[in-house]
Amino acid sequence: MSASTGSAGSTGSADVAGVEFEPQRFTLTRADLVRYAGASGDFNPIHWSDRVAGAVGLPGVIAHGMLTLGLVGSAVAAWTGGAEVLELGAKFTAPVVVPDDEQGVVVEIAATKVTRDNGTVSIAMEVRCGADKVLGMPKAVVRG
Amino acid sequence: MDPTVVDRTFPPVGPYVVSTAKVTEFATATQWRGTGVPPTFPILLLNDAMLAFLADVGASLERIVHGEQRFSYRRPLVVGDELTATLRVATLRSLGGADVIGTLSTITDAAGEVVCEAKATLVHTGTTEEGAA
Repeated sequence: MSASTGSAGSTGSADVAGVEFEPQRFTLTRADLVRYAGASGDFNPIHWSDRVAGAVGLPGVIAHGMLTLGLVGSAVAAWTGGAEVLELGAKFTAPVVVPDDEQGVVVEIAATKVTRDNGTVSIAMEVRCGADKVLGMPKAVVRG
Repeated sequence: MDPTVVDRTFPPVGPYVVSTAKVTEFATATQWRGTGVPPTFPILLLNDAMLAFLADVGASLERIVHGEQRFSYRRPLVVGDELTATLRVATLRSLGGADVIGTLSTITDAAGEVVCEAKATLVHTGTTEEGAA
């Protein structure tokens, strides 16, 4: 089976088999962190207390790494129309600092390389919060 | 950390029954733009497995950083699944005074079939006091 590859920079979009991989944006506010804490059962105070986050040397309250990875899963679902996920993962390399304001922060997920082969689609990504790359080697493989 | 922890398998955690209500709550919290059960959903069960493992080896939770998480699926999760997670320590290495712990959790269904394998890297940072221990 032949393989096709699409590439795009962080502001562009990759395309494979007629599917557009437009960058997906997600806004995170403090309320979103509280909601994820409740849904996941992860009540580590670095995700809701400035006092505790500061005490452990963080620049502020940070998003759960698994919340950011959850957003990656959501981006993949949006791109692929909910295709069956075979693999999903990333390294948590830099914190997503979420300020205590109405605006929050935007996490942008861009597909950087899409490879279709043997009934699967591999999607390499770049996940940024502002200028910072926050995940290392974020990658998904879906059936398709 | 005691190097004999490598290859140790810890007691299974579960069964955890996947419910529509919890999936809906988790999907909302992760801004899910798909259908079905989000692929990071097993973290609910994996958190319990990791906490049990860390308590067992006497690691301090406040010194643990989640460094990496990867899921590998055999089939999608569905509502009604009864899941059990079994954690094994696959690797352990020392890096700048920290223990880098590679865990592999196997998630099985009620029939005992593997649904998903989850790899997590946990970094346990030491302190200067414990550095000599």
